[in-house]
Amino acid sequence: MICDSKLPVPLCLISQLLLILTMSSVMAVAQTPPAIPDSVTGPRPAPPTEVSARDFKYDRGEAIVVYWRASADDHGIGSVGPYEIFRALEESNDFAPVGVAAPGEYSFKDQGVDRGKSYRYKVALNYDGRAVFSEATAPVIPEMDIVNWNLLNLFVIGFLIAGAVIYFISHAKRGGKLFIRKIAGLEAIDEAIGRATEMGRPILFVPGILDMDDVQTLAGITLLGRVAKMVADYDIRINMPVSRSLVMTTARETIKEAYIGAGRPDAYNDDMVNYITDEQFGYVAAVDGIMVRQKPATCFYLGAFYAESLILAETGNSIGAIQIAGTAQPAQLPFFVAACDYTLIGEELFAASAYLSNEPKQLGSLKGQDMGKLVAMLLIIIGTISVTISHAWGNQFFMKLSEYMVKLFTVQN
Amino acid sequence: MKRQVPLIITFVVGTILVVSVFFPPVERMGEDFSLFFDIIAVFAFFLGGGNLVRIHGNRLYKQQKDWGFSLVTLLGFFLMLAAGLFKIGNPNGITGDVTATGSLFQTLYYRIFFPLSSTMYALLAFYVASASYRAFRAKNREATILLISAFVILLGRTPLGTYATGWIPESFSLLQIPNLAIWIMSSPNLAGQRAIMIGIALGVISMSLRLILGVERTYLGVDNE
Amino acid sequence: MNNLGLMISLLIIGVGLFWILIRSIQGREVERRIIFIFIGLAVAAPILFKISFSEKATPIVKAVYDQIEKLPANSKILISYDYDPSMAPEVGPMTDAFVRHAMAKGLRVYIMTLWATGQPLIVTAIDEIIKKEFPEKKNGVDYVNLGYKAGGSGVLNVIITDIRKMYLTDVNGVNIDSMEIMHGIRSLRDMNLLVSVGGGLPGVKEWILFAGDPGHIPTAGGCAAVTAPLLYPYYPNQLLGLLGGIKGAAEYESELKKEYPRLANAPQPGIKMMGPQTLAHLVIMAFVVIGNITYFIRKKRS
Repeated sequence: MICDSKLPVPLCLISQLLLILTMSSVMAVAQTPPAIPDSVTGPRPAPPTEVSARDFKYDRGEAIVVYWRASADDHGIGSVGPYEIFRALEESNDFAPVGVAAPGEYSFKDQGVDRGKSYRYKVALNYDGRAVFSEATAPVIPEMDIVNWNLLNLFVIGFLIAGAVIYFISHAKRGGKLFIRKIAGLEAIDEAIGRATEMGRPILFVPGILDMDDVQTLAGITLLGRVAKMVADYDIRINMPVSRSLVMTTARETIKEAYIGAGRPDAYNDDMVNYITDEQFGYVAAVDGIMVRQKPATCFYLGAFYAESLILAETGNSIGAIQIAGTAQPAQLPFFVAACDYTLIGEELFAASAYLSNEPKQLGSLKGQDMGKLVAMLLIIIGTISVTISHAWGNQFFMKLSEYMVKLFTVQN
Repeated sequence: MKRQVPLIITFVVGTILVVSVFFPPVERMGEDFSLFFDIIAVFAFFLGGGNLVRIHGNRLYKQQKDWGFSLVTLLGFFLMLAAGLFKIGNPNGITGDVTATGSLFQTLYYRIFFPLSSTMYALLAFYVASASYRAFRAKNREATILLISAFVILLGRTPLGTYATGWIPESFSLLQIPNLAIWIMSSPNLAGQRAIMIGIALGVISMSLRLILGVERTYLGVDNE
Repeated sequence: MNNLGLMISLLIIGVGLFWILIRSIQGREVERRIIFIFIGLAVAAPILFKISFSEKATPIVKAVYDQIEKLPANSKILISYDYDPSMAPEVGPMTDAFVRHAMAKGLRVYIMTLWATGQPLIVTAIDEIIKKEFPEKKNGVDYVNLGYKAGGSGVLNVIITDIRKMYLTDVNGVNIDSMEIMHGIRSLRDMNLLVSVGGGLPGVKEWILFAGDPGHIPTAGGCAAVTAPLLYPYYPNQLLGLLGGIKGAAEYESELKKEYPRLANAPQPGIKMMGPQTLAHLVIMAFVVIGNITYFIRKKRS
């Protein structure tokens, strides 16, 4: 308290009032953000012009794009400093920086906005240590769109392929005849399991190193169902080391059901499927050890593999096992092809379960997939011809056709 | 019921994840389902770890064949678990980063885990050589083309390719081995890779549809109906 | 010393291969363990005798270098260590080179990983490179270690729109909102460049599919040599450049050495490892030739 009993009351009140006013002004200054620096003495560069802001389309209402025309003093990358973008709420004059445009770019996507609020923007040009600002844009409100129309082409293509698959499934259900070519790797499964039975040695099944959310692992597990049924029928041992816990629980269910289906529930043992480790090379070291000690007669590698594919295949080769591999990892296919007896290449892995089931519904889905491939092949041929002709002879029709095809198959966002 | 519930969950989640790509209001749900899977996968760690301890503990207890390997497995498992869980040797104690410099976890990681992993990866160098020796035989025309391409790539990945064909004039620069190697990888090889990838993508669509629609149920351990 | 070592190595390996060739002509297959011994020699000799070769950057590697070069100071670069110790010898030199380049350019470096085993590798990189070679750089101002989050591509799906849904603190438990480097960073779209280095899943492809392409963020990558062909389809549209294998790392290191005298004495493991790669490739080629000779002789005899 400034006042005490020794000062007269009016003086006391005035001094308190002055103190309050002084403190308020200090606090106001402290709370006010520093003024945006404007140009200092010297010739001012031209500001960016035609600044506009638009709601970014087909999103959740969380982005605004700011466009501007380059300053008259901008003669290319490096001639002027970067453009900095400032944003303020509509009702406020408090512009805060939100980002810097990359060199040579004259637009900026601001993703720090909230849906439904109204914003204004300014673009500042840094020029020799000085900043010059554009006019503020009109207010813009980011909104959520119900449909992402940018992905219409993707939707149509996906719909057509899915439609083909569903059509052929129902066609097959109605008794339509379907031809599926022979896949050597799948035809060899019976022979491979028969070999293990004769030799009295176990089967090793490796479902890859990814988790259940990967479609290759799912394909491997569906094939496991078929293999497990044969294993249960022939009464041979199956060993399945896995690298993911969820794969372990799923595989156990699959094999148990196969044994129950074969009428031999007592022969099933949970330890047929055992968890090793999530770590890639720890897993393959363990599997290699299992292979060298137990010497399985048949090894299945069906799922997603990475660098360990060749290690597994070469170790299997060294113990004399018959090896059937299948993966949709294009980088690993050459290793399997070089070292394994049979390899399911890419889509053959996904077709395997349908192929082995021989059910019309499943085979129908393979036909739908083949339709998709036929359409892809036709489009590749048309696209290649039109690009070649348009580049070689400058033909306008083919140029427009190739541009249209590029646009059709480009996913915009 | 045991079979119906998983099929319903598969159908609902699969459909929402597809729909969330095209409809922004549902996009967040798609992200949430991805998070749900991550949470389930993390809890599943306990199942896997428990199974590992049970199997190897059993083998050790009954002194079955190769029980020595089970002892090593269990020792490694519990040592690493303790080092990470209790942050043994961490400069900031139990509140610090588990991988802080000087911690037992970091030491085990760099002195044991790192060299062992690198050793396993290094096996590939030897296995590539033995696989190449066995696989690259000029049995027919295609195999011969493959053999020649392999030679070009092998040389192109080393400075020797530049030294060997650097004298070729610029107008024929494609015949310089490094450029030829890049051309082989980015043209014919890429064409083949793209074809395989297109096939894989269509196979994934077909398989995913079968799973979402419940046509494919072998993963549940049931015969498809 | 280098030339003498190279000559001795080539002599030993050459004589050995010649002996195997004679045996092959006599119709005897080469046992795989013999192949392993020669590969071991071919890899060990250049390391022991310090044999190295000069490198020139190919366009696909130069594109990454040029992209980082043209970023102004204080630009934001995110580097993801998506690999584990087994791949570190092959792709580690790339991340080291990127970190050095970014630090030398004065960029703000955001480090994270989608692999649990990548986290200790980040700590080592920070300790060995940033703290030792760039002691003036400050944590929380010039660089930040966001660490590991489980979920793979699921993490990218989330942080492409809101980084704070995944990361509230850095790896040391410090609130990211208290860090100057995180001011104004709301999501991955605030980055000027994404760099993913790795060779598995999740890796460069996931960064392109779930972050770079949908977010229109410039993305570069580094990967193992065997994964590189799979990523060529994305170059140059979705992936502005790619370092493939040790050769890519060696090329990048050569560029850095040329343009940044400060880094001339920094370790260059990529360049160092081209020696073993070169000799090993030569030995593989020799064995393939020997294998074919054996094959044709047997075919003729039968």
